[in-house]
Amino acid sequence: MLLKQLSIFLENKPGKLSEVTKVLKDNNINIRSLSMADTSDFGILRLIVPNVENVYKILKEHHFTVKITEVIAVKISDRPGGLNEILNYFSEENINVEYMYAFVNRSGDNAIIVFKVHNIQHAINILVKNNIEIFKYEDINTI
Amino acid sequence: MNFEKIDKLEKMDINQIKEIQTDRLKKIVKYCYTNIKHYKNLFDKQKLKPEDIKSLDDVKLLPFTYKTDLRDNYPFDLFATALDKVVRVHASSGTTGKPIVVGYTKNDIEVWAETVARTLYKGDVSEKDILQNGYGYGLFTGGLGIHYGAEYLGITVIPVSGGNTPRQLMLFEDFGTTLLTCTPSYAMLLGEAIEQQGISRSKLKLRVGYLGAEPWSDNMRKEIEKKLGILAIDIYGLSEIIGPGVAAECKYQNGLHICTDHFYPEIINPHTGEQLPEGTFGELVFTTLTKECSPFIRYRTRDIAALNYQKCECGSCHYRMTRVAGRTDDMLIIRGINVFPSQIESVLMEIDGVAPHYQIIVTRENALDELEVQVEMTDNAFSDEVKEIENFARRIQNAIEAVLTIRVKVTLVGPGTIQRFEGKAKRVIDKRQL
Repeated sequence: MLLKQLSIFLENKPGKLSEVTKVLKDNNINIRSLSMADTSDFGILRLIVPNVENVYKILKEHHFTVKITEVIAVKISDRPGGLNEILNYFSEENINVEYMYAFVNRSGDNAIIVFKVHNIQHAINILVKNNIEIFKYEDINTI
Repeated sequence: MNFEKIDKLEKMDINQIKEIQTDRLKKIVKYCYTNIKHYKNLFDKQKLKPEDIKSLDDVKLLPFTYKTDLRDNYPFDLFATALDKVVRVHASSGTTGKPIVVGYTKNDIEVWAETVARTLYKGDVSEKDILQNGYGYGLFTGGLGIHYGAEYLGITVIPVSGGNTPRQLMLFEDFGTTLLTCTPSYAMLLGEAIEQQGISRSKLKLRVGYLGAEPWSDNMRKEIEKKLGILAIDIYGLSEIIGPGVAAECKYQNGLHICTDHFYPEIINPHTGEQLPEGTFGELVFTTLTKECSPFIRYRTRDIAALNYQKCECGSCHYRMTRVAGRTDDMLIIRGINVFPSQIESVLMEIDGVAPHYQIIVTRENALDELEVQVEMTDNAFSDEVKEIENFARRIQNAIEAVLTIRVKVTLVGPGTIQRFEGKAKRVIDKRQL
């Protein structure tokens, strides 16, 4: 049910981001989705990749500060109001979204949105109750 | 070898020590006056005669010796003996200009070995011990100083010198090293390397580390003791006085015992030069009582410390000094406030998730000093959420500000990006154009 995301610490300096992408390129790793949080001093790069455990190991070997974070990804219909519907469910249940970002989806009429919330099980229960389709990590190669 | 002799010296009662000090002080003052032109000139200018020094109290009448005196008399003009009596010279690792030079007669080398042996003795050593000497051999006094002291006790010495971490680890395992001598920052680096390479501590026989030559904190000591599985003893010395061997902690780790029968300590106010009472922090000053080639009267070490006159639990009556709290010359003045890098270090070591590597950067923007502390991000502190990381940085910032009472900027940097040091760590980058 949960999607595993890689979170990587980066200094806010020229060249730091490409140090990560070079390692990914050299190891033939395709990024399925990403988001970058930035402050004036540092950034956090969040990645969705296939074989997350393996990529984690590779980045560790290159001395990056990296961790695996559990997030939820849901399929929503690619139309006006699709995202709003989900956020309404969350706000009704007082669930705070820490951050979110979208997949680039090459097929179908769905958009895939990644959410980070603190009470992850509670959030999943709400989504299931409202018949929202949750994206499975196993399906990562289908998109 | 020589254990009995050393035991006796370390266990002298305070009256015995004072009697020896008084006798030696009178002799060394006369010796300096007679044999070193620099001192004769100073005494004459002050209208002071060697005979005026009758007791330890009279030390305060004597002139100071400064590092600049050694520079001005480069290389050999302060030597009290002719060069044919000198068997060795050492020179300090001066960062600017000419180094400062000290000479040793055969007897000086013997005294030095004895004082270093007294340092090592405090770790309950025996002839069975194997000492890996990570101090540099060469002009620096660290390597050879420790070496002769260990041999004086019949300890097996591995003269590996500093650096080449993989080789250091190999020797730990293969030779069964029990004692380690190096700088605290290098000990930390070795501890990290052991962890990284997954070397099991049960394969190591390390027992005691004698660490010194740079300021460090109690918290750093705890880290090193944990990582290396050793008792970490703080040692103190400087080449002007003799090298290592001037002072060292015993296993109670409550101040460093000075070899006060050889080096007479005082604490003074660095601005006024007046003597300060027991327990007050100020500049540490030494008068060498027994050296033949390079004796110094009231040498200003520029190290900040305090003295403790009380008898130690270990039975020694030799005065103890606190660990060096800073340098009169690497003390930073930030917006008028005195700041020692060691203060920042001890704050950092108390916060969970902070790596022991840091860099202090001082800049001046619009006539205002800015202090930036760069700290490495660690796995423990890292989060995928910005606010968690910002909270972590703010926690560090608040803790430092509480101690220093000035505003600082804390920057989190990537792991491994702060320079590692195999010798003395350079923690401060001062970019101010003063």
